[in-house]
Amino acid sequence: MQVDLSRFRETFFQEAAEHLAEMETGLLRLEQGSSDPELLNSIFRAAHSIKGASGMFGLEDVARFTHALEGLLDRLRSVKIEPTPQRTDVLLEACDVLRDLLATSASGGPVPERMESALANLYIAQRAVPHPADEPLRIRTVAREVVLAHAPVYRVHFKPAPEIFIQGMDPLLLLRDLAGLGESAVADVDLTELPLLADLDPERCYLAWNVCLSTAKSTEEIRDLFAFVEDGAQIRIEAETADKAEALIPPPVAAAGLAGSREASIRVSTGKIDKLIDLVGELVIAQSMAKEVVGNFSLSRLGQLQEAVADMDRHLRELQERVMGVRMLPIGHIFGRFPRLVRDLSIQLGKEVRLQLEGEETELDKNVVEHMADPLTHLIRNAIDHGIETAEERRRNGKPGEGSIRLSASHQAGSVIIEISDDGRGLDAESIRRKAVERGLVAPTDTLSEAHLHSLIFAPGFSTAQQVSDLSGRGVGMDVVKRNVEMLNGSVSLETQPERGTTVRIKLPLTLAILDGLSLQVGSETYILPLASIIESIRPGRAQLSTMAGQGEVILVRGEALPLIRLHRLFGVPTRVVDPCRGLTVIVEHSGHRLALLVDELLGQQQVVIKSLEANYHKVEGVLGATILGNGRAALILDVAGLAQIARRASHTELVA
Amino acid sequence: MQTLGTATGQVSNNEQANQYLTFTLGAEEYGIEILKVQEIKGYSAITHIPNAPPHVKGVMNLRGTVIPVVDLRRKFSMELVEFNKFSVIIVVMVGEKVAGLVVDAVSDVLDIDSASVRPAPDFGSGADTRFIRGVASMGEKLVVLLDIDRLVTEEDVAAPAA
Repeated sequence: MQVDLSRFRETFFQEAAEHLAEMETGLLRLEQGSSDPELLNSIFRAAHSIKGASGMFGLEDVARFTHALEGLLDRLRSVKIEPTPQRTDVLLEACDVLRDLLATSASGGPVPERMESALANLYIAQRAVPHPADEPLRIRTVAREVVLAHAPVYRVHFKPAPEIFIQGMDPLLLLRDLAGLGESAVADVDLTELPLLADLDPERCYLAWNVCLSTAKSTEEIRDLFAFVEDGAQIRIEAETADKAEALIPPPVAAAGLAGSREASIRVSTGKIDKLIDLVGELVIAQSMAKEVVGNFSLSRLGQLQEAVADMDRHLRELQERVMGVRMLPIGHIFGRFPRLVRDLSIQLGKEVRLQLEGEETELDKNVVEHMADPLTHLIRNAIDHGIETAEERRRNGKPGEGSIRLSASHQAGSVIIEISDDGRGLDAESIRRKAVERGLVAPTDTLSEAHLHSLIFAPGFSTAQQVSDLSGRGVGMDVVKRNVEMLNGSVSLETQPERGTTVRIKLPLTLAILDGLSLQVGSETYILPLASIIESIRPGRAQLSTMAGQGEVILVRGEALPLIRLHRLFGVPTRVVDPCRGLTVIVEHSGHRLALLVDELLGQQQVVIKSLEANYHKVEGVLGATILGNGRAALILDVAGLAQIARRASHTELVA
Repeated sequence: MQTLGTATGQVSNNEQANQYLTFTLGAEEYGIEILKVQEIKGYSAITHIPNAPPHVKGVMNLRGTVIPVVDLRRKFSMELVEFNKFSVIIVVMVGEKVAGLVVDAVSDVLDIDSASVRPAPDFGSGADTRFIRGVASMGEKLVVLLDIDRLVTEEDVAAPAA
């Protein structure tokens, strides 16, 4: 009976990715000196799972590779060998190769080029006593030198018959003879057939070699060498032209693009699903009660009807929350890749950095989590590249040599706050200002508030980095971060202290489609203001109103002068309420900026479903989207960030009183 | 939904015939390809949009989707009339977007073959000739055929160039 496994392939790749992530996390912990005896076991099990499953799906290369991984891990966990730094390096590199390999297996592409050398390293690392010559193979460089020699180059493939030892011949001698013909190097060793040590028959030859040979000898002379071992062996000798020979040497593999983890499916805990089923059941009961009352309705039963509807409302709300919860993933999902990133970057840049993760269990909508992966990666890169100083510089300034980066996520009043703080050198206000003047974003005579200065960092192309490294500094990062965050209806802000460090703070809504809003009236129009952006609402006294040169109308609230925006004027809606002391002023906040909005009155709080305005119209500044009210009318949802923009511009035009 | 009149007019056997929904604005008769018409609605509450061009009245709720509403009288610089419960909105599809057009009343669905369509003379009626495909005479009536894609895509629903 043929079982069709193809529909499970997708699941295999997802699970393999998870096992791989587990392995990597475990290996990093191992490297940091964890002495947990279970650790090696769990890493081994992860590799083993991938191997077993890949075999089932006929993914030979993956199986072969993980077999080697498993071999090394097995010896480590049974304490036959020690987890030295070289071995963990080899294992971590193998994880990278495995990731690439899984990607190419899924897409049907060719195997990653460094697979063979990684495989060789895995086997070498299994040796109990490291041979002095046992540097992990850097095969590529040696072969390249061969090619650069000027004699013609041949590619020799030699796979001896498995019985070669029994026949009394030693492939090593043959390889030495080959080497004697000219300049040679083993381009790669084919270990495909090599079984685990336990299964190895020492009298059989399992290996094959691909040798790059530069010699003046002819093909026949080379073939003559193999005269006695031709039986049962595979021997191929191909003359290569110089550039084709170059092509034999695998070029340094560009890091395979980070395959976005845009899975088409999602894992949900059965607990969540069970609760959903319960809630639907309760909703059905509440609804049938309501139906019954309506069926036999009389005014005396009005109270019962109201109760039944209130019941339904309650259950519906909970159902709504929980359904949205199904799409929520803990942010630890993307946090997981950062320890590795920090480790690699700090090695690459020669800095000592420690990463602290907090709040990994904070849950976010799946879409939001996925879209945050790149911005957060960029921010961490920035922190290490530009924020954290080298160990000596830090010590000179009285700081501990090891820099630290804290990445935290938490829920706060209907939003998720993600913070990235480092204790590095902070941002230099002067150089920001200089850069801004250079780019014509501000006039040399403008005085800028700190908040304004910081917001300049997010302008496209803006970078005060002295050197553009290939990691960051090109100035394309921060504005992309801001854009990504704003696309998710979130906001990003920055706090920095020279010599002390920088904190980037990202605020995101919990869900994308539903908003807690406050409905307000301006003239005959109703608008919705996102609740999360509202600080308070006041009715100012005359003494609090003022006008500031170059800024228009302001309201003084607890010593701070906030720009006042008259919504009726901004939106062109006629209304009788034009006196701020008669209407209501709502104080709102966005990215650290506060402003005051004059409205007629507040109507009430309600949850609204965000409907796209751009789908059939286009984006309107100051408007986040639309919604349908209970009375069937469309209402606009205000975008505080956009209103703030308009306010900044408008303070110089006739919107000023 | 109003009921549509029955199809009238000549159908030529050898020329391609297109069906047009005709409607009135003042004394004039206009037509748009029926294939672009999604539905016909009566009066709907319209929500004002800030900074919109003057002929965009605002947006309305079409069964849960928010669509813009264009006042054709204003677009054609005609005298304005009150928007009330007797107003008619023709909902059209232009590419991927849906929009509403406020008209006085809907007339008939006519089969008009391309042979009967003549290029538009310069009316001076205010209708910008960019939007006019041509003119057809159906009996005594002169029907101005509108290019709905041009009419709605420009300015109305596409983001204005910065």
